[in-house]
Amino acid sequence: MLIELLATPLFGVGLTLVIFVLAQKLYVRSGSIFLNPVAVSILAIIGVLYVLHIPYPAYAAGGNLILFLLGPSVVALGLPLFQRRQEILAKKVPILAGVFAGALTSIATASGLAWLLGGSREVVWSMAPKSVTTPIAIGLAEKVGGLPPLTAAIVVLTGCLGAICGPEFCRAIGLRDPAAIGLAVGTSAHGIGTARMLEVDRLGGAVAGLAIGLNGLITAFLLPVIFLLFR
Amino acid sequence: MLLLQFIGELLARGCGLPIPGNVIGMGLLLVALAQGWIQVDWIRDAADLLLSHLALLFIPAGVGVMVYFDLLRREWFAITVALVVSSFAVMAVTGWVETWLDRREHRRAD
Repeated sequence: MLIELLATPLFGVGLTLVIFVLAQKLYVRSGSIFLNPVAVSILAIIGVLYVLHIPYPAYAAGGNLILFLLGPSVVALGLPLFQRRQEILAKKVPILAGVFAGALTSIATASGLAWLLGGSREVVWSMAPKSVTTPIAIGLAEKVGGLPPLTAAIVVLTGCLGAICGPEFCRAIGLRDPAAIGLAVGTSAHGIGTARMLEVDRLGGAVAGLAIGLNGLITAFLLPVIFLLFR
Repeated sequence: MLLLQFIGELLARGCGLPIPGNVIGMGLLLVALAQGWIQVDWIRDAADLLLSHLALLFIPAGVGVMVYFDLLRREWFAITVALVVSSFAVMAVTGWVETWLDRREHRRAD
């Protein structure tokens, strides 16, 4: 019976929901930003699958159902953007310039450091789109000779890091404006960072959602040019 | 309400190539709201429901990382250092540039 249940998408959905609810309780009770519910849930689910010897595809049958909802959710980010359009339009030049600078910094520091530390060609180019939302990053990695699965993993890890301590880091370096913090977290940590920003501040979340799209666009144009210069 | 978003998603998938459908869909929703084709009231509940659970939706993608453990392990040091340093550098540069230009514009306006 248990084996049969494992074969249905219910397993992946159920496991994810149960662990996420527990992780969120832990997060609220502990009050520690390092127990970010997304990161804790990912580790816990990997642990469960590993200990019980459940192959990843059995989980993915349900996991992909949840993943499917991510599409309309990104579309839904248009709503907070619309609601805060006046504040955002008033800052259109700083926002565009900020994301552009961030996109350049991301490619230069991620690939540059990986190269300096002796990373292989594939790893260096797989690092380049690390701050871009997964679907765009995978396409870009393919284009510049990176390894798309490695890029996908790096993108998720980058998102978790930004979600865990992004808003705290931004305040620590003297940023006060919620729009600036949202822009910084969204540019670096894409969707996972945006999810965290939406909890912290509605305007910051809206700007973070905008930053996902802008950074994706800017990097999609920049990276192929940089590739031609350095390959 | 949800249906409207799915239509936007489907529409976007059909026309855009380098940009994923959902990012185009976000733009489409913005245009539709601005033009008044969609009223905020129609979608507010559905959109807020999805956005309040956004964090949950990323978990399956994260679990997918386990399949690529071997790839990550081979050059973990270079990857980890580059990822962490670069993440903080991006946030600092983006935040500072935005704040600096924003202040400059305000000063000019005064």
